[in-house]
Amino acid sequence: MIEISGSFWIVLTGVLATASCGLLGTFLVLRKMSLLGDALSHAVLPGIAIAFLLSGSRAIVPMFLGATLFGLVTTLLVEAFHKKWQVQEDASIGVVFTALFALGVVLITAFAGQVDLDQECVLYGEIAYTPWDLLLWGEYSLGPRPVWILGGVLAVNLLLVTLFYKELKIASFDPAMAVSVGINATLIHYLLMAMVSLTTVASFESVGAILVVAMLIVPGATAYLWSDRLEVVIGLAMFFGMSSAVVGYYLASYWDSSIAGAMVVVVGGIFLFSLLFSPNQGVLSRLWQRLQLSLQVAQDHMLLALVRRDEEVEERARLRPDELVGSAAVLGILAQMAFRRLRWRRLLQQVDGMVELSAAGEQVALGLLRKHRLWETYMNRLGLPEDHVHAPADVIEHFISAELEAELGAEVGDERDPQGKQIPPSG
Amino acid sequence: MLENALRFMTLADANVRFVLLGSLLIGATGGLLGSFAVLRRRSLVGDALAHAALPGVALAYLWTGSKALPVLLAGATVSGVLGVLLMQFIINFTRIKADAAIGIVLSVFFGIGIVLLTHIQRTGSGNQSGLDKFLFGQAASLVEDDLKVMSVLAGLIILVLVLFFKEFKALIFDPSFLQSLGYSTRWIDVLLMGLIALTVMVGLQAVGVVLIAAMLITPAVAARFWTEQLNKMVLLAAAFGGASGIVGTFISSLAPRIPTGPVMVLVATFFFVVSALLAPKRGVLARGLRRQHNARREAQQHFLRACIELQEKLAQQRAWAIEELAIEMGHSPDKVKRIGRQLEKAGLVLRQDGRFSLTEAGLEEGLFVVKSHRLWEHYLYYRTILDADHVDRPADEVEHLLTPEIIVRLEEILARERGIDTEQIINLHGTGSQYRRGGRE
Amino acid sequence: MSQNTHPIQIHDMTIAYHKKPVLWDVDLDVPEGQLVGIIGPNGAGKSTMIKAIMDLVPKASGWVKIYGKDYGEMRKIIGYVPQRESVDWDFPISALDVVLMGRYGHIGWMRRPGKEDRCIARESLDKVGMGDFAERQISQLSGGQQQRVFLARALAQDARIYMMDEPFAGVDAATERAIIDILVTLREQGKTILVVHHDLQTVTEYFNWVIMLNMRVVASGLTREVFTDENLQKTYGGRLTVLSQAAQAMAEQRRGDR
Repeated sequence: MIEISGSFWIVLTGVLATASCGLLGTFLVLRKMSLLGDALSHAVLPGIAIAFLLSGSRAIVPMFLGATLFGLVTTLLVEAFHKKWQVQEDASIGVVFTALFALGVVLITAFAGQVDLDQECVLYGEIAYTPWDLLLWGEYSLGPRPVWILGGVLAVNLLLVTLFYKELKIASFDPAMAVSVGINATLIHYLLMAMVSLTTVASFESVGAILVVAMLIVPGATAYLWSDRLEVVIGLAMFFGMSSAVVGYYLASYWDSSIAGAMVVVVGGIFLFSLLFSPNQGVLSRLWQRLQLSLQVAQDHMLLALVRRDEEVEERARLRPDELVGSAAVLGILAQMAFRRLRWRRLLQQVDGMVELSAAGEQVALGLLRKHRLWETYMNRLGLPEDHVHAPADVIEHFISAELEAELGAEVGDERDPQGKQIPPSG
Repeated sequence: MLENALRFMTLADANVRFVLLGSLLIGATGGLLGSFAVLRRRSLVGDALAHAALPGVALAYLWTGSKALPVLLAGATVSGVLGVLLMQFIINFTRIKADAAIGIVLSVFFGIGIVLLTHIQRTGSGNQSGLDKFLFGQAASLVEDDLKVMSVLAGLIILVLVLFFKEFKALIFDPSFLQSLGYSTRWIDVLLMGLIALTVMVGLQAVGVVLIAAMLITPAVAARFWTEQLNKMVLLAAAFGGASGIVGTFISSLAPRIPTGPVMVLVATFFFVVSALLAPKRGVLARGLRRQHNARREAQQHFLRACIELQEKLAQQRAWAIEELAIEMGHSPDKVKRIGRQLEKAGLVLRQDGRFSLTEAGLEEGLFVVKSHRLWEHYLYYRTILDADHVDRPADEVEHLLTPEIIVRLEEILARERGIDTEQIINLHGTGSQYRRGGRE
Repeated sequence: MSQNTHPIQIHDMTIAYHKKPVLWDVDLDVPEGQLVGIIGPNGAGKSTMIKAIMDLVPKASGWVKIYGKDYGEMRKIIGYVPQRESVDWDFPISALDVVLMGRYGHIGWMRRPGKEDRCIARESLDKVGMGDFAERQISQLSGGQQQRVFLARALAQDARIYMMDEPFAGVDAATERAIIDILVTLREQGKTILVVHHDLQTVTEYFNWVIMLNMRVVASGLTREVFTDENLQKTYGGRLTVLSQAAQAMAEQRRGDR
């Protein structure tokens, strides 16, 4: 018989719990129901405590019934307070879940003798005891009980989400449409809530109430930063959750701390990493895009400065590099970078320590000048006075696409801008 | 247990006095600030802030090795505020919505706090017992020094609140108006958030990070049921909060094993439930009574109208049998009898040999109802191209609601546009009114 | 054509939000094959009316028949285009996914969209000129493109009656043109289309039937017959204060009833 180590069972428990949470959490996040998930995972505590007191055991069925009952009570109360008594929605969530959670804590501590649960377990679970909590079949051990329970719950969740995937999707995106084609959005809502209750109860012993919240919300929100496809978001959420379970376990033994807490720290770390580095939504990529845009604007300004000077002196004008950099009208260091990039693109050439437009540079610069003057003329036609059109054109010139340029050209049709300067021909 | 209770009641023990005063401060400041937090829709932001304070407590201890309250609260404030800023950043810069951002900050910071607390406990550099009271709160652990810190904070909160009361009020009801007066709503919002943070800090030790948000939310929501005015709501919320603090502390002192925070929250919830049921205007009971009253009034007016319409239709003035009225009203005879008795008590009908006739007052009220009904029918008929066969049902509902002012306007409109002489709209002496439309026959 | 084969028949329908009536006693018969504009001032109950036809809001009284039958039996033949703002465009799905949702009513519970459904969805996208954007995530589309996707979804529903809630709100001129062309084609195929519309200038050009609403039906009929100054005055003239006063009184009196 193969000896399976305790760590394996602990990690497996974590992985199963986080997989379920990630799967359902994605829908909670997308349906903007994260806080209801938060409330639910707190509010089921009295249900669990009462089931404990009545049944005297950790049997899953009474616990699930108790928890589902209180989950339902939470949803109904929040709705009733909000809709009937005009209490703000967040406040009614706050009142309901804190009251129920407080009730649960009081029950657990008051009957500490009878209830095999304590405050710590409520908050951060007892995943470390998993390997000793065995499911027995006669004399044989079938492995830890939590693994069986969480495995079963994951299977149920996967089955339901697969069967009702289409319905979940449409009811989350456009509930009115769902109802109009005969899909009962309310039913889907309660189905999801029931699955969340079940998952919360099952994960509760292992990771505790508040950390269930983390595993529900954080992986889904993180995955949402990475992908635009629902299937991928769900997959990533489960993956992020499961890997944080694995890494968290080892981190906890390294730091000598709560395992469930460490799992949350890891998933928080993944979130922070995504917040910074995700390609579309990440902070760094946003900054990078903004930097690229500023560089583009600075380059455009320098090219325009040169081509205007060409026009004035009616020959290829030369400027000192520092004069040119100054004309970019942006932060010095950005202007320097833009200058270097212009040279790298071979739009500028250097002659005797001075710079002038290359042939390619002139092409680009004339194109820009055309856009600028087309826009000025167009705005002038719309009735803006001459002295009001330059500044907006300075901004818009960088964003005019080829199509818009063609449209403007057709519209304006002129060769002169409002100041009487020539609009360079296209191409 | 009895001993404990006695010790409490007599306030003989200095420590008991500190604990009670502390609970009062926590509850009262919670109620004060909570009113603003709830009305500004920031209730769960308070929750996120409280949870986010936990790692700060642990880090402050790890860093300084001190368990003095000012040190721990400083750490808590820093990490709490950091959490709120991060939340705001997530909302502003990504497509993640506010609810998920709150959930992320709340749970991840709490997870970090748990890791640090368990680490401190297990590495045995000091016992954790000093810190884990920050989870669910232990009011009994308040000592004189703690109270000084809390009093200073509470004093500061109240002072700022009094100074900026009118700005906060404007921020809640009409931020754009506040802006038009030249105030920066953003900074007033930040100030309010700062005060909420301080309030959380006052309660951290005695109530704990997990449930302190309830001390902000629940008393305020309870107070909202009693009044429509902000000043009254704020004071009432403070009173509810203070009472929850003291009663909660007292109850938990009877069973020291139970942490204070949850008990306080349950007491506050009790106030909430009582308010929701019993508050004079918005309470469930008052609403139920009002609904019953309305339904009764509607039924009575139908009765009066039936009497008048029968008189009109049959062109005779007499007492009406229950069966006649039942057919006219479309109700069961039992119901008709019940309504008739109510009207008899009110002096609007007379009952003789099981027949009902209108009194002077009953006739007057009945005529007003019939007039409302008919005017409305006419209005719908002429103005909305309704078919004559279904103007009656909406008029049935509306007749009870038309105020004398609306009646006057209706009369004007109908007289001007349709040449209807509204004096003739009821004809008790002919064979029914020429202006009667619809009807149930 | 006999009465009960009208695509939409509404009888004595009143709608109330929070006990406050927003639509009073609507009676309507919309004949088949019309492109119908529903016009009226803000708060006149235009969106409410099409939502009530589709059972999305509860009726305080009255009934609606679709080709003489209840909505529940006929929902497959109705296509719906809600207001663009009614959904979260950050939702992580592609334009094609949205259009496929139009097929869900035909597919039934628990089954997945098949090849044929995908085919129809693609064709619908092509019809609105969005074929090249099938795989694009919906937040990366412009307002006009988003509206076209919604229209394509309704086309994929392959309905006989279409309900559209302000399809022209906030779209560019080209999209508006494209949408109206498609609507005209649909009408020529004998479909009935109800469009909530804001712009009075284009009513006569776009719609051959018009319903003028202001808390109740002011007029309904062929555009050339009922779209008159007198009816416009009635619809927009704001002389309905008594109606809204009564509604307000009802709301206040009944507030305690909830």
